[in-house]
Amino acid sequence: MKDPASRPEARGPWSDGWRRLRRNTGATVGGAIFLLIVATAGAAPLLAPEDPVRLNVAESLDPPGRRHWLGTDQFGRDVLSRIIYGARVSVAMGLVAVAISVAGGSVLGLLSGYYRGTADLLVMRLVDVMLAFPGILLALVIIAVLGPNLGSAMVAVGVSGMPLFIRVVRGSTLSVREVQYVEAARATGSGDTRIVFRHVLPNVLTPIIVLVTLGIPSAIVAGAALSFLGLGVKPPTPDWGDMLSRGRAFMNTAWWLSTFPGLAIMVIVLAINRFGDGLRDALDPRMKL
Amino acid sequence: MAKYIRRRLALAVPTILLTSIVVFLMLFLIPGDPASIYVGEQTATPERLADIRRVMGLDRPLHVQYADFVWRALHGDLGRSLQTSRPVADEIMTRLPSTVVLAVAAMMLAVGLGFALGLVSGLRQNTVLDSVAMLVALFGVSMPVFWLALLLIMLFAVHLQWLPATSLAGWKGLVLPTVSLALLSAATMARLVRASVLEVLQLEYLMTARAKGLSGAAVVLRHALPNAVIPVLTAMGLQFGALLSGAVITETIFARPGLGKLVVDSIQNKDLPTVQGVILVLAVIYIAMNLLVDLSYAAIDPRIRFE
Repeated sequence: MKDPASRPEARGPWSDGWRRLRRNTGATVGGAIFLLIVATAGAAPLLAPEDPVRLNVAESLDPPGRRHWLGTDQFGRDVLSRIIYGARVSVAMGLVAVAISVAGGSVLGLLSGYYRGTADLLVMRLVDVMLAFPGILLALVIIAVLGPNLGSAMVAVGVSGMPLFIRVVRGSTLSVREVQYVEAARATGSGDTRIVFRHVLPNVLTPIIVLVTLGIPSAIVAGAALSFLGLGVKPPTPDWGDMLSRGRAFMNTAWWLSTFPGLAIMVIVLAINRFGDGLRDALDPRMKL
Repeated sequence: MAKYIRRRLALAVPTILLTSIVVFLMLFLIPGDPASIYVGEQTATPERLADIRRVMGLDRPLHVQYADFVWRALHGDLGRSLQTSRPVADEIMTRLPSTVVLAVAAMMLAVGLGFALGLVSGLRQNTVLDSVAMLVALFGVSMPVFWLALLLIMLFAVHLQWLPATSLAGWKGLVLPTVSLALLSAATMARLVRASVLEVLQLEYLMTARAKGLSGAAVVLRHALPNAVIPVLTAMGLQFGALLSGAVITETIFARPGLGKLVVDSIQNKDLPTVQGVILVLAVIYIAMNLLVDLSYAAIDPRIRFE
């Protein structure tokens, strides 16, 4: 933007934000890496050199090398193939859990911020109770009820992430509903539904988008932690947290079993976090999240 | 001040009650017959189940059962473990010290490290020192506890053999779990302290302090730090929760017999009374911690009392 006159591009908050994001190298690289991992997860059957669940005891605990780039586990399964397939679980975990958080959190946040009064009181009490279970404990409550498997892990992580969305959406709604154009819309006879969807929601979209991008990595870590504890995916489904956990038994002899899935988790988390930080700075530098 | 304390206490009571309702309702939300879940016998005969229901009072209305649940919990009765048949309260009491020791040690390390890193980078903004400290913090934030713990075990227990990988060996066994648990909180704290210091340093009263000739150290220690501490204090309450839940993972990795490991094992063994007991105790500890933080907060910052 050295010479604004020579570049008559359309300008608006979104295109400005997009331009700022593009200029942030860390964020661009992070976003690219995440997209690459998503593509890998989608194309896993094409990319994986071997069947991730096929047992082959003859080649058990092969160190990384020509034959198996990242080695094999105690059952002779190819670690690289399992990591490629494991990306599916992690990506699905991140997306589904955050979808649950954002759906529930937006509805409850809009309700309590827009109607206030009793609705607000009830929703805020709910948030208090959810926040009374620190971190992973609320997820454990839900898993104890639904039984330990991947589906309940997704629900558990999604619900645990909800309070943050509720609070942010509620806060933004509270301030937006007092703005003059909302008053104008009401004066011209718009109903609540129309006001909420046409005027309030578009204005709370920015914090929601940022929360979504920053929520995905924490959902991935929480999901991997649950699998690590044996409360997530069931074997033989390949999953990074589960691989990491099972590799512990072979730490003296086969370092590659835990190291590579651990690296995979760290790369995806760092990548999305950098992207999310950049997105936040690009869309709303004043936002404190 | 007294009014503020009363109001804050009054707010904590409904939260604890609602939390206990959630924990109580777990039994009825699990698919299946509460009686068979509560005794852990999935194949009991209908007659036996009816007996159990009567003996355990499961045939009474829900609110009566809840009142009973609270009454007994207040008297230290959390039911019996399905695994060991011992009272859940005893199981918890034998494991509580281990978790508390771990959480307190990690908290101390997190606060110490977090303040050191945050102060250094806040006071020396945009220097190499600042960049290095923030890079360490970024890694700390992105590092899942279980992955960090494994790396530490690989390095210090397997390769160098300086420290044990399990925590049964006295204070030496505490080092690795504490470090892996504390790093995430330390990193979060460091970023917060830095931001807080940077914000306070720009305020006018600090310029006044400098203008009247106070040395740099006096300005920082007497004027900047007390105000920079306030937002960090709130975060400490939340971080304590993060440490409690992080203990669930750390204890499992290091085979540390604490509450975290107990709750994970109990979920896997479908030992519902133990799960309920541990979760209730951890939630109450967490609520109490946050209450303490809020109260100390008011003692430090007079503005808060007059909200």
